Amino acid sequence: MIEARGLGRSFRTGGQTVVAVHGIDLTVAEGELVALLGPNGAGKSTTLRMLTTLLPPTAGTARVAGADVRTAPEWVRTAIGYVGQHHAAGENHRVRDELVTQGRWYGLGPRRSRQRADHLLDLLDLTALATRRPATLSGGQRRRVDIALGLMHQPRLLFLDEPSAGLDPRSRADIWAQILRLRREHGITVVLTTHYLDEADRVAERVVIVDAGRVIADGTPARLKAALGGDQIRITTETPADAGVAASIGARFTTPERVGTDGTAVTLRLVRADRELPRFLRELDHAGVTVTTAASSRPSLDDVFLTLTGRRLRESGDADPVHPATDPVHPAS
Amino acid sequence: MRKFLQDTVTSFHREIRPELRQPWGIVLAMAQPVLFLVLFGSVLTGPHSGFGGAETTWQWFVPGILIMMCLVGPLSCGHQLLSESSGGQLERILVTPVHRAALITGRTLKESVTLCAQAVLIIAIATPFGLTPHIPGALATMLLLTVLGIGLSAFSHLLAIAARPSGNLFWVATQLLLFPLMLLSGVLLPISAGPAWLRGLAAVNPVAYVVDAARALFAGQFLAPAVLPGVVAVAVVTALGLGLATRALRRGS
Ligand SMILES: Nc1ncnc2c1ncn2[C@@H]1O[C@H](COP(=O)(O)OP(=O)(O)OP(=O)(O)O)[C@@H](O)[C@H]1O
Ligand SMILES: [Mg+2]
Repeated sequence: MIEARGLGRSFRTGGQTVVAVHGIDLTVAEGELVALLGPNGAGKSTTLRMLTTLLPPTAGTARVAGADVRTAPEWVRTAIGYVGQHHAAGENHRVRDELVTQGRWYGLGPRRSRQRADHLLDLLDLTALATRRPATLSGGQRRRVDIALGLMHQPRLLFLDEPSAGLDPRSRADIWAQILRLRREHGITVVLTTHYLDEADRVAERVVIVDAGRVIADGTPARLKAALGGDQIRITTETPADAGVAASIGARFTTPERVGTDGTAVTLRLVRADRELPRFLRELDHAGVTVTTAASSRPSLDDVFLTLTGRRLRESGDADPVHPATDPVHPAS
Repeated sequence: MRKFLQDTVTSFHREIRPELRQPWGIVLAMAQPVLFLVLFGSVLTGPHSGFGGAETTWQWFVPGILIMMCLVGPLSCGHQLLSESSGGQLERILVTPVHRAALITGRTLKESVTLCAQAVLIIAIATPFGLTPHIPGALATMLLLTVLGIGLSAFSHLLAIAARPSGNLFWVATQLLLFPLMLLSGVLLPISAGPAWLRGLAAVNPVAYVVDAARALFAGQFLAPAVLPGVVAVAVVTALGLGLATRALRRGS
């Protein structure tokens, strides 16, 4: 479906050259669902805009849906759907009119175009807003209109640039349910970008991590995380001496190089930490080690990103509303 | 060709629909030309104007106002495209296989049709003040105006595309273009009364030829020598505008 080789793009602004994308190689097979994950400015949108013929690449080549984006853009355009990062429906045009117009541009007849528009309005729960102007809709409602616009011609390949940004959890879940259903029923290929780690983890079968215009990791979320060496157990003991004892016991659960100590804290990397933690605690108890805290965790894609770049994805990205625990809590007074 | 025509109609339809839902917008946009018409018109046709009779003065003045409207409206209509491109609207349209030239043509056609509606109103307003419209002449003038409107709005679209993404350049360039084109075209005052340097500048202004042709046509003088150069100027401006704007759109950003 997609075959990109050394795809790159640089911009000239204010007398300097900004390289947004440094030669990306990307192959996507028919029916795959791929998430491009990366911090702000990583080059996700630029990559999508090149693959959708909106932006001519300055390096490399890309074939999308069987045609070259540079030499046969017309052909690519008929096969793909694109939902950009920004709102796409005209401010002063009624929602349904915009959908029908979109269908006409894709060559649907007037009747067919109206049918599709009504079908999508229904599917995305927009029927009540059909005669409203997008300028009067909420962000989430507008996003649903954007998605409907991208689906008018039933594309075989759908590009979504942060489809769920700015949506509340329910709308996000709804949108994902629609996208996954389309995939199930029509076998379409989906390439999307997101900042939301949990979303990439849960929905995508394949995650491509992009940073500073380069692909730094590519694989299933499970495999990317497995490369980190499995789950983590983290305990703290009362004294550093206890930590030393705990570390030597911990080495029996995994290999010594996967055990780390830092003052009174001990971390182990191993498979199925949730199952091993109780046994580890019992053995520590036998050895007379006083444990003050204990926790097991599965690695997240954020840990993958941290290992690869030394930075956290969430710090560089927008605040991630799915993890409210990271936000300071203001007690009601 | 079929795709071109179909997409032109779709594009035109998309743009005209919101206007038709608020027809008062079209009338309000005419406030300025109507003011010019009434103020300048009554001065020019007054007893101290030094012009000929009221009848001939209106015949001379109204086509000028129509061309002025054509400059003020279509020549700045690209701002709409600019605002669509700063959001994701233009991208969403350009990612479809829409015929690029048709997209531009449909949009410019909408400007022209709005302009025609305004032209009819202007002629209707001027009539009680003493204008006796020559009907075939007025129709021919409007045809000329429609095509010029397409050309000028195509240039405005070109400016908008070139000014992306910030758009700052758009207004600067529009003002830089608008005033010389307007002042050196003789829409409000006869250029022939000016000094040689002024006439020299007007000679390179395509709009000046259009104004002369419009005046001849409006008076029903279809075979006057001024008509041909005006028609050629309109044809060149329109062909060039549409061609360049389409090319700019095709090239992407
Ligand atoms: N038209 C442009 N002119 C100049 N620089 C640009 C342009 N478009 C993008 N860039 C630069 O290219 C880099 C990548 O931008 P891009 O929009 O692809 O990032 P992104 O991964 O989509 O980020 P975000 O998550 O914020 O949407 C950024 O540094 C950006 O400043
Ligand atoms: Mg982006």
